[in-house]
Amino acid sequence: MALTDAQIEYLEDMATHIREDIIVMLEKAGSGHSAGSLGTADIFSTLYFHVMKHDPKNPDWEVRDRFVLSNAHICPVLYATLAEAGYYPKKEITTLRKLGSRLQGHPHRGALPGLEASGGPLAQGLSIAVGMAVAGKIDQKRSRVFCMVGDGEMNEGQIWEALMFAGKNRLHNFTLIVDRNNIQIDGFTEDVMPLEPLHDKLTSFGFHVIEVDGHDIRTLIEAFEETIFEKPKVLLAHTIPGKGVDFMEFKPGWHGKPPNKEEAEKALSELEQLRSLGGKITCEHE
Amino acid sequence: MNKSLNKKFHLAENIFDNPDQVPARNGYGEGVVEAGKADDNVVVLCCDLTESTRNADFKDAFPNRFIEIGIAEQNMAGIGAGLAFAGKVPFISSYATFNPGRNWDQIRVSICYSMANVKIMGAHAGISVGPDGATHQAMEDIAITRCLPNLSVIVPADYWETKKAAIAIAKIDSPVYMRFGREKIPVITTQKTPFQIGRADTFRNGKDVSVVACGSLVYEALVAAEKLSKSGIDVRVINCHTIKPIDEKAIIKAAKETGAIVTAEEHQVHGGLGNAVAEVVARNSPVPMEYVAMMDRFGESGEPNELMKKFGLDSTGIMAAVKKVLKRK
Repeated sequence: MALTDAQIEYLEDMATHIREDIIVMLEKAGSGHSAGSLGTADIFSTLYFHVMKHDPKNPDWEVRDRFVLSNAHICPVLYATLAEAGYYPKKEITTLRKLGSRLQGHPHRGALPGLEASGGPLAQGLSIAVGMAVAGKIDQKRSRVFCMVGDGEMNEGQIWEALMFAGKNRLHNFTLIVDRNNIQIDGFTEDVMPLEPLHDKLTSFGFHVIEVDGHDIRTLIEAFEETIFEKPKVLLAHTIPGKGVDFMEFKPGWHGKPPNKEEAEKALSELEQLRSLGGKITCEHE
Repeated sequence: MNKSLNKKFHLAENIFDNPDQVPARNGYGEGVVEAGKADDNVVVLCCDLTESTRNADFKDAFPNRFIEIGIAEQNMAGIGAGLAFAGKVPFISSYATFNPGRNWDQIRVSICYSMANVKIMGAHAGISVGPDGATHQAMEDIAITRCLPNLSVIVPADYWETKKAAIAIAKIDSPVYMRFGREKIPVITTQKTPFQIGRADTFRNGKDVSVVACGSLVYEALVAAEKLSKSGIDVRVINCHTIKPIDEKAIIKAAKETGAIVTAEEHQVHGGLGNAVAEVVARNSPVPMEYVAMMDRFGESGEPNELMKKFGLDSTGIMAAVKKVLKRK
């Protein structure tokens, strides 16, 4: 069913809130990963505020849809989303990376409601998510499993072990999102360790591949809701690292860096202007 | 029955007279089927080694709960964690050199840090895997698992104990590493022998020196104790099947009552049972200690018994260590 403009606008606004939270928590933390967090905010808004069946009041609900963040260094976006969804008090976001915080530098399962897995060492989340999907298949439960990996993360051999397994076992309850922002720490992915032809690779591993603009919420929803039988699905989501904050976009330098106080103020005023622009956030990959 | 053996453990009557020989891995294979019958949530994951890791019976009994991973131990550990988070009790199984050797990072973060209820099965452990050579002889696995928070480490002594341990670990809600060997080894316990995770069992009473052993070396320790008794040395033999959490009480008692300790294991000297015992002894009741273990070198190809003899991992090696430690007592 097509969404109304108001519904899309709500999700876009939520993405902006998530981006604002990310800027606030990273500035307070003094360290952490800005670019990937900002770049995936639209996907997180779409997942947690429209696509996924979940209940922040009952995080252990047995038949909930599950989301695993495998590129776990961008956890500020997950923490911001969980706060906006009501999994924990929003005021806690400023404790990120601080002593005694439930918001560890990389997620610790059990520390905070809504975290389905611990993460940090790349590729581990994908196998965990695949394991959850296998359990769902054994138990014939109707819950779905979503997992995000970063494109640079796909250098890891474990990624391909897990993809091979998911393809072989036709995990139709599993949806992978590849955050295709073309950047990793040492530079552009195609220079560091080329992934292309990525679409073909994923197809050959038994996935149904949908290429999407990772900032176009309407398209994202259509891709998430496309029903695929007998196959796992992957959204090859083209995103802009640092999206929403002009001076951070496309800059590899912002991969693992937080904004300082002035930069955060500038970012927040930029985001203020972004609110409710309705469809004006688009992906420049197209 | 030998009167020096502790009666409450109902050890095999024929320990010192041509004991039965059965691989410990058979005990695992039978035990995991029992665990599967008792709990529908028990699932088995395997990396292309179904027969040799003794998972074939489980696969036949519960085809829908047997998951073939292919040769991908890292992926297996992660999938195991995901299954555990969804309420399953996964046994992840391969050779100990690969599991926990190759997938240690996944065990550390996906499993232990997250308290995933995964049972890690290290088959073909120790030098007794023989002809395959050093690459396949897991002699470091206790060290690399014992250091991980939240993880229990179990090294059963024979077929029966491995079977009981497989059943017992399925019932506890926390990650466990268990290792066992490929070769036939003497069956020293019986169906009636009690088994409890975390308790070191004093199989033989003695007052002059204690040998704390695990795995295949428990039998060798009992043989060494019998031989030493003929020269008037009264040896206590403790089967320390749970390396972590270690039974501190039994070790402190042994240190205080016998005044000298020898440890014996089919593992590197660094980081294994010997170190675990020494940590307890040093903090509580320092006494002279000797280690029967692999002395910081890699193994080589050879028949299992040849290798155990060459590297002193047998009753002869234990007897020498006992005599050495007694000189310092």
